[in-house]
Amino acid sequence: MNPSTDHSPMATDNQPAPPSSSPEEVVVVEDLAKYFGERCAVDSISFRIRPGECVGFLGPNGAGKSTTIKILLGLIRRSEGTIRLLGDEVPRHYQRVIEKIGVVAQDDNLDPDLSVAENLLTYADYFSIPKARARQKTEELLHFFALENRRQEIIENLSGGQRRRLLLARALINEPKLLILDEPTVGLDPQARHLIWERLTILLDQGTTMLLTSHYMDEVARLSNRVLILDRGRIVAQGAPEQLITDLVGLEVFEVDGTDQELDRLTEMFSQCNASLERLRDKLYIYTREDCSRLEHLLGDRRSWLRRPANLEDLFIQLTGRSLRES
Amino acid sequence: MKILRFTKVWLRNYRVWRKNIMATLVGNLGQPFLFLIAMGYGMGRDIESINGLSYLQFIAPGLVASSVMYSAAFETTYGSYTRLSLQKTYEAILMTPLTITDLVLGEIAWGASKGLFSALIMVAALPLFGVWPSPWAIGLIPLLLVSGIFFAALGLIMTALATNYEFFNYFISLIITPLFLFSGIFFPLDSLAPPVQSAFLLLPLPPVVDLSRMLTYGRFEGPLLLKILIPLLSSLITVWLAKVLIERRLIK
Repeated sequence: MNPSTDHSPMATDNQPAPPSSSPEEVVVVEDLAKYFGERCAVDSISFRIRPGECVGFLGPNGAGKSTTIKILLGLIRRSEGTIRLLGDEVPRHYQRVIEKIGVVAQDDNLDPDLSVAENLLTYADYFSIPKARARQKTEELLHFFALENRRQEIIENLSGGQRRRLLLARALINEPKLLILDEPTVGLDPQARHLIWERLTILLDQGTTMLLTSHYMDEVARLSNRVLILDRGRIVAQGAPEQLITDLVGLEVFEVDGTDQELDRLTEMFSQCNASLERLRDKLYIYTREDCSRLEHLLGDRRSWLRRPANLEDLFIQLTGRSLRES
Repeated sequence: MKILRFTKVWLRNYRVWRKNIMATLVGNLGQPFLFLIAMGYGMGRDIESINGLSYLQFIAPGLVASSVMYSAAFETTYGSYTRLSLQKTYEAILMTPLTITDLVLGEIAWGASKGLFSALIMVAALPLFGVWPSPWAIGLIPLLLVSGIFFAALGLIMTALATNYEFFNYFISLIITPLFLFSGIFFPLDSLAPPVQSAFLLLPLPPVVDLSRMLTYGRFEGPLLLKILIPLLSSLITVWLAKVLIERRLIK
């Protein structure tokens, strides 16, 4: 166990290792690493997920989010480390574990040769769910995801949002104890995203444990009790979103546009207040750690500025920087 | 029944096939039937009998065997590759209790079934051409199933190695078409020099063509056991290799 990368309360338990999980923990990952040749995609990460939690993985491209998830799912072989899912060590007991997991992969992998209902029924058959139960479950899920009137439709005729909902429905066919969602609303319009969030919230309220990756900060903030921020294969921060934002970013953010001289002057003035500043070419970000509204009059005559609560995106940028990550 | 889990993959393919049954039948049976008519009727009229068989009678069993090869190999190349790459069906299947072994066995069993199915339809249609199979022809079922397994597994090996559809041109042009032309379907191999004949026996199709002809007409000769063992063994090896290579392709 690497104490510097694992801040979860369970991490300090001194039980014999491995196995060191209490049976109720859904995911226990310790010192997981993956090398592709020389490149280290996942660099000794440890984390745990308790029942009923929704943990969000955040990170720029190439941070190791999808690699970690694919290792958990047995699609990529780990180089080092131990993994326990639902109390069983994987990959050794993978077949037993996967029966209790639902997965929405990043790529749409619905079966385009089958209709909407057949997609669910065929998947149910892969799980050896008895036919009558499968039919009942299929109806329930079609109803839950508002797909009842598309039952016989071929996949090609579904909208992006309908496909994603069907992927989610399919992931739930085996009544999973753990739901793994790799970018569940990528590429969808706001209406479609909200419908999916609403359904995921219902599932969370029912106690489903979730592991979620996303590039959408609002999605993670909305759904997750806890976020893990990954960068270059390491966990750089983890905790409850609001707590992390307050601790690492601050309370509020002022975004100010202006010329160099104007921003220079403001930088000086704002040093009277407990705040950290970030200066870009023609923009100043002020992250306040106390109520700085007394300085707001300084901005009154600026061309454009805004004051808003600090959010997850600020935290994300703070931890992982502003430069593009393109591999 | 873990050992039978591969049937779930077979069933998935069967459900899809049922929807397009006509297209696949025309695709798989068209070519061998056209050859039977063109070569058997057209050309065969001017050819003397071979080992007491009319030319049409001579080529019919081999064409049946070739339809197995074509159906099985096409299914596990173009069909399987589409499921592997474009549709990501394999990835979705691996997120269920099915293993890579189940997946590979299911795909191969499906390819072999399709091959056997085309062959049986063709055998059933042979009387239309004046070819009456002997009761021994029932033996074609296990023989052609084994051959179907071999070619389905061989196709899946190609799928595991393919990076695009063009790759299958190598397979079709360099393996399947030469086998079709030089496996003793259209001319008897016993006119070849003995060492060449032995070499041909090791190829995947010639022993099957030979056995198919013997079973169709109930006339047996030559090293029977060898001709049965070689396809059987080579099927086992290709199935194993297909599993290894598909696993390497799917799990990084």
